[in-house]
Amino acid sequence: MAEVLVLAEHTADGEVKKVTLELLTAARRLGEPSVVWTGPGADAAQPRLAEYGAAKVYVADSPDFAGYVVAPAAELLASLVASASPAAVLIAGTTEGKEIAGRLAVKTGSGVLTDAVDVTAGTDGAPLADQPNFGGAITVHSTVKKGTPIIAVRPNSVAAEVAPGPAAVEAVAFTASDAAKTARITEHVVAAASERPELSEASIVVSGGRGTGSADGFGVIEQLADSLGAAVGASRAVVDAGWYPHAFQVGQTGKTVSPQLYVAVGISGAIQHRAGMQTSKTIVAVNKDAEAPIFEIADFGVVGDLFTVVPQLIEEIGKRKGL
Amino acid sequence: MNIVVCVKQVPDTEVERSLVPGDNTVDRASVDGVINYLDEFAIEEGLKIAEAQGGEVTILSVGPAKAAESIRKALSMGAHKAVHVIDDALAGSDALETSLAIAEALKVVGFDLVVFGSESTDARTGVVPAMVAERLGVPQLTLAGKVDVSGSEVTIRRVADDGYEVVTGSLPAVVSVVEKINEPRYPTFKGIMAAKKKPVQTLSLADLSLDPGSVGLANAASWVEDFAKRPPRAAGVVVKDEGDGGGKTAAFLADRKFI
Repeated sequence: MAEVLVLAEHTADGEVKKVTLELLTAARRLGEPSVVWTGPGADAAQPRLAEYGAAKVYVADSPDFAGYVVAPAAELLASLVASASPAAVLIAGTTEGKEIAGRLAVKTGSGVLTDAVDVTAGTDGAPLADQPNFGGAITVHSTVKKGTPIIAVRPNSVAAEVAPGPAAVEAVAFTASDAAKTARITEHVVAAASERPELSEASIVVSGGRGTGSADGFGVIEQLADSLGAAVGASRAVVDAGWYPHAFQVGQTGKTVSPQLYVAVGISGAIQHRAGMQTSKTIVAVNKDAEAPIFEIADFGVVGDLFTVVPQLIEEIGKRKGL
Repeated sequence: MNIVVCVKQVPDTEVERSLVPGDNTVDRASVDGVINYLDEFAIEEGLKIAEAQGGEVTILSVGPAKAAESIRKALSMGAHKAVHVIDDALAGSDALETSLAIAEALKVVGFDLVVFGSESTDARTGVVPAMVAERLGVPQLTLAGKVDVSGSEVTIRRVADDGYEVVTGSLPAVVSVVEKINEPRYPTFKGIMAAKKKPVQTLSLADLSLDPGSVGLANAASWVEDFAKRPPRAAGVVVKDEGDGGGKTAAFLADRKFI
């Protein structure tokens, strides 16, 4: 069976990001998954990669990946595409993952599919991707006609499934070329650590909109998120007003999320916002305007003042969790 | 400094958009074309850098005749001149092909700094700036939330999920900027009038020494087999809060096993 390369997303100490396990699950439908591990931490991660079906783990433990913007990762993948002739390359559909995919596509003369929410083997065995377009208004089925299919899969779209594999580690000697070392990373500044899950990977997202009224008012969104163990999102109106940072913006511009549960509070649901969240599995909305378009896509909606509904909801959640 | 800002005309995001049945390309005809919202930040950043460092801002757009409206708007914001790459053979190009046309056009036009918006609101692939940097072999300074130019060095804050990275490269370079990096200016009446007289050069594939067989729908490496409108979501339950809205919501969440 042909190899399928899976570029691992991970922390420096070997913690495997959930999306990597999702990629492994999708890769198994196309062939035998070979993880490509950049930088340190592979030893700690090996058991986890084995649990989710990795056949091989190519480990290139070079400091160049953390030292230069995306080009070294694309260079490593291009050399593995040449040596392993994989059936496909799967990469996390994050902003950085897509950039790696793009550079790899140029290097290998291959087609690239971004934002795939599902990947299956087509009738000829070649990968077929589902891509939501225009914020999920339509779904496109796409294939790659040239080179090695490169697919960036949106985090949280494919359910990770356990399937034991050998995860045999194979060290790869890698030093980035000078051409891949033109954009130097001189510092990595980590924002104040948050206990909340990452927005694009969270299974529950609670977002607040204009209805929260102010930066102070937005605090109730954080409280509700914490009571549900959720990530916090914000509408463009909130970000434009400066009530919450842009990194948390959900919408046509900003993050696209598709969690199991999306709670939209004080968000009217303009097309620009829906484009970032309408593929969520379950949608709950609270808004004082019964005509708000968010109710058209909500599985459950409450027409009311968020400042009375949400505190009561938080209290109820507390009670139910206390039981 | 010679700054080139790449601008894409996209279908208006405020209305319903779709693909053209048959060839499955973006329907650009039945919807108003607007400047890609994220490119407005790129134009503003290019203008700011030119104002601070001296130099000119050239708008570069690859697109059909209709894109001329968006080029004119970019000029009315203050850019000095524009280059419009227009050729029927480009229709239906995918990201790989588009990046080829842009890279070749940049070689013809010449540049010190190329500025992109981080992605387009239509295809949203987010791959073109990285592809162009790869093709040109210049530093990829993308996803910038802040750009500083000092002599021949460009330093950006590259936005990451957990904070940011400080990234430096030498000119010539490719930069992409994220939403909210600045406040894009509105065209003034004077700007709109001046834009009418600014030069717009058109380039064909032949001018870029590109073979028509290297671009366009028929030669694309990524291919749309078919598409379907997303089925409307089943109507949900909407209740009016009568003092029990929070409780009812909690009951719904419990029923669905979220709590």
